[in-house]
Amino acid sequence: MDPKTYKFDTLSLHAGYQPSKNAGSRQVPIYQTTSYMFDDVDHAAALFNLERGGHIYSRMSNPTVQVLEERVCALEGGTAALATASGMSAIFLTIMTLCNAGDHMVVSSQLYGGTVNLFRLTLPKFGIKTTFVKPRDTEGFKKAIQPNTKGIFGELVGNPGNELMNMPEVSNIAKEAGIPLIIDSTYQTPYLCRPFEHGADLVVHSLTKWMSGNGSSMAGILVEGGTFDWMQNDKFPTMTEPYEGYHGLSFAEEFGPTAFTMMARAEGMRDMGPCLAPQNAWNILHGLETLSLRMEKHCSNALKMVEYLSNHESVAWVSHASAPGHPDKELAEKILPKGTGSMIAFGIKGGKEAGAAFINNVKLASHLANVGDARTLVIHPASATHSQMDEATLKFAGLSHDMIRLSVGLEDFDDIVNDFEDGFRAAKKPRLVANK
Amino acid sequence: MKFKVRGIDTFASTGGRPFDKNKPLIIFVHGSGLSHMVWVLQTRYFAFRGYSVLAIDLPGHGLSSGESLKTIEEMGDWVGDVIEAVGCKEASLVGHSQGCLITMECVAQHPEKIKTLTLMGGASAIPMNPELLKLAEESNPKAVDLMMDFAHGPAGHFGGHPVPGLYHLNVGSMIVQNKEIKDTLGVDFRACDNYKNGPEVAKKLDLPTLSILGAQDRMCRLKDGKILADYIKGSEVKIIEDCGHMMLLEEADQTLEILKKFIAEHYPLPS
Repeated sequence: MDPKTYKFDTLSLHAGYQPSKNAGSRQVPIYQTTSYMFDDVDHAAALFNLERGGHIYSRMSNPTVQVLEERVCALEGGTAALATASGMSAIFLTIMTLCNAGDHMVVSSQLYGGTVNLFRLTLPKFGIKTTFVKPRDTEGFKKAIQPNTKGIFGELVGNPGNELMNMPEVSNIAKEAGIPLIIDSTYQTPYLCRPFEHGADLVVHSLTKWMSGNGSSMAGILVEGGTFDWMQNDKFPTMTEPYEGYHGLSFAEEFGPTAFTMMARAEGMRDMGPCLAPQNAWNILHGLETLSLRMEKHCSNALKMVEYLSNHESVAWVSHASAPGHPDKELAEKILPKGTGSMIAFGIKGGKEAGAAFINNVKLASHLANVGDARTLVIHPASATHSQMDEATLKFAGLSHDMIRLSVGLEDFDDIVNDFEDGFRAAKKPRLVANK
Repeated sequence: MKFKVRGIDTFASTGGRPFDKNKPLIIFVHGSGLSHMVWVLQTRYFAFRGYSVLAIDLPGHGLSSGESLKTIEEMGDWVGDVIEAVGCKEASLVGHSQGCLITMECVAQHPEKIKTLTLMGGASAIPMNPELLKLAEESNPKAVDLMMDFAHGPAGHFGGHPVPGLYHLNVGSMIVQNKEIKDTLGVDFRACDNYKNGPEVAKKLDLPTLSILGAQDRMCRLKDGKILADYIKGSEVKIIEDCGHMMLLEEADQTLEILKKFIAEHYPLPS
């Protein structure tokens, strides 16, 4: 006897939506609406006081966005989700829900540059400090925890160097300390890894990337695993003690495995308002319908690309967890059995100048500040996505000046290679290119 | 709030309002392996409308201490003691699934204390599938997956939670898995399977009773819910279409509306 609950590919098409409740519309409708009628004064009061579910105002929730939230939640195996205007707003909302002024976070050092800046420069303005730890330094995460630490945050596969955080072991450290582990799983999508199955408590995504795949829309999401017991200690009074904003409601007591998301929505969306536009939610839903198909092709193209680059005379080094000799290969095989994703970092011989020549001379691969598009993307992190870091921070984050970040797309592999050959040829003559 | 029942720390959600023993009391009793958290879309409404609400965690469940009680009869008697433990003399009871058996037993044992009875997803007997029972008693998480599959109708399986962003199946699953499965779900399933008094108890009930049934309930099928309602003298029956066993979450609004009308008619606030 086995449960007949729907599986991943079915959920990516159907979760969160019932046509019978939407005029029989097979596709999810776009509710391009701001506000929703109350039945009467009693109904309005009940909605505002979280006595019953429903929509009030699209800053808090919207019917189209709700479908996206439930669909991603179902794919991740979570209890609740909250979509936001971007991945960065999902992270900010998460930290602002978790922390108060005077609190502290332990954070992996290998992150998207914007995330590094959020923890390094912006959150201290709110009295939230961070200790950065290199992703492979598992013991370092333990040592960095202080009495006022409220969580551990990291990308499972770090951007852009592709170093893995040992999620199961770091999760044990977080559990021992009574704090949640938050994973940015943008690079993996739930197709490659469901972090809750490896000990994460909260997951954030930039949905702009692989989840959408079409490069059309910004979006982010916070997903709750329902695994963390907020009442186990006195570290999270805003979750466990009566909250004045809702007549003394204790989120942890009332909502248990969905408490964090309920609070992030009730307080964070109410007060900060980083809501997702319904049109953008719909665009992301379109992408999710083909998530499995796209991720398979992304991964197979990436594997071929690793082999091609590893054997190329113009390439000094290649970092991808599938590559022979990659320090995290064994861990990747354990927690990423379906594939290690389509992000590759490689060093080009000739350093920064050669890298610039390469990027200026590829034509099929797009030079832009995004990853996870259906199209192949390249960028030189030290001069773009991570350019606001100083030399020391770049070094600590594992970035070098010869590094090129490659997001392998779904094009015919031979066409990508032909394009790269043009780039490598130009890179051998960087001065000529620079002068052209 | 926490209070003692038979010397054991017991937790009950008060729906976000301080408990007041002078207000009419409604007690909500959860189903197998679950906790007070399943009632949030009913309890807060009544708590903010003049009632005192207790969504109890049965012993060993949720935030309550102690060990799970082994029989439905013991559980029914224990709910009767809850009323006294909080300083009240009477209450209305609302039960879901196994909670229906418990509340019926409570009425049978403490008829003077109970003013009305609401049964959601109930049946006069809940015999367990032997394989499911075995899995639960072995703490096998598959028991929870099967329970969530059986317990949810279309809304649960496809989604469309009344509270934006929540995903039915996983919410229920995490509530159950919050405790050792064999100690809560396993004990509860065994208690349900062993309980044979349902029809006789139901036939003796003599108080305003409402049955709320899901048309697509696969745990306690609609026909079994109707049979139970037929046993109970004057019982009202309300059927929610396209709804499974977890009507209190899957169709929380309809469930609340039905319950509101019943409580307003049979257990009104003092004027």
